[in-house]
Amino acid sequence: MKTILIAVVCSIVLAGPAAAMQPPAAQGEYVPASPGAATEQLPAAPLLIAAYAFVWIAAMGYVWTIARRLHKVEDDLRALERKTTRTSR
Amino acid sequence: MKRLFAPLVVIVAVLFALAPYLIAEAPYESTMGLVQKIFYFHVPSWIAMYTAIAVCGVASSLYLFRSNKSADGYAVAGAEVAVLFGLMGLVSGPLWGRKAWGVWWVWEPRLTSALLMELIFIACLLVRKYGGPGSEKLAAATGLFGAATSPFVYKSVDIWRTQHPKTSVVPALLKGSMAGSELPFLISALAFVLLSVLLMSLRVTLAERQAALDDLYLEYEE
Repeated sequence: MKTILIAVVCSIVLAGPAAAMQPPAAQGEYVPASPGAATEQLPAAPLLIAAYAFVWIAAMGYVWTIARRLHKVEDDLRALERKTTRTSR
Repeated sequence: MKRLFAPLVVIVAVLFALAPYLIAEAPYESTMGLVQKIFYFHVPSWIAMYTAIAVCGVASSLYLFRSNKSADGYAVAGAEVAVLFGLMGLVSGPLWGRKAWGVWWVWEPRLTSALLMELIFIACLLVRKYGGPGSEKLAAATGLFGAATSPFVYKSVDIWRTQHPKTSVVPALLKGSMAGSELPFLISALAFVLLSVLLMSLRVTLAERQAALDDLYLEYEE
């Protein structure tokens, strides 16, 4: 009985701080800025350029790795085909 | 697919050339300003990742449950492309967060689950590469597991209270919450999805050639 009473009191006492510690509600939709409103304090352009640059570099890098692997496989295929035709003779 | 490859390359090139102009013309968001424009590459990269995950999941199922050998090539292509686009999302997101939230990274449900999903697909590729004989089946199972976790990652922002914007942002945007931003987003999303399809088809070609090489090796050994 005493344990239950302690648990109930603790729950009531801790409910307030626990509710207050919740993060603020997430944004549900975007709202366009009113014309002329000052919005920038920290330069955003370098972050934006870095994000776009990374996307391009990653895509190009992946295409390059596929091309490299494909060339290697084609070279191996040609070499093996030469070997098999030589041994079959 | 081989006949469609060249026209698709042209379409993707045109869409990627058009996207920056449209993004530059798109309106600024009220609280985030210029940095919110990362959204036009960040969200499409996740959409492209989910496209690749769907391919990986379906192909892995076909390989595991129907022993469809050709599906294995699609599964590995899907996993690789999913890792690539996931990496784009995981890099562009913190660059956006640095400005919008003041920090590069927060261990909140969406970011953490997205990182874990990326790690699952990296694990899938590592198992396939270093797992030895029979690792294809284990990798397919890992790919299927990764695909099964993806809906939870997507819905995490609606289930838990997070710092990350909710899934309602995109439908609201398409309904006109930010007039003028619908077209840049749709063009960018289409460009990313078609790019993912192109990359997967290239990777499937590589898998097919590797399979041909393996067959020839076996023939030569005999």
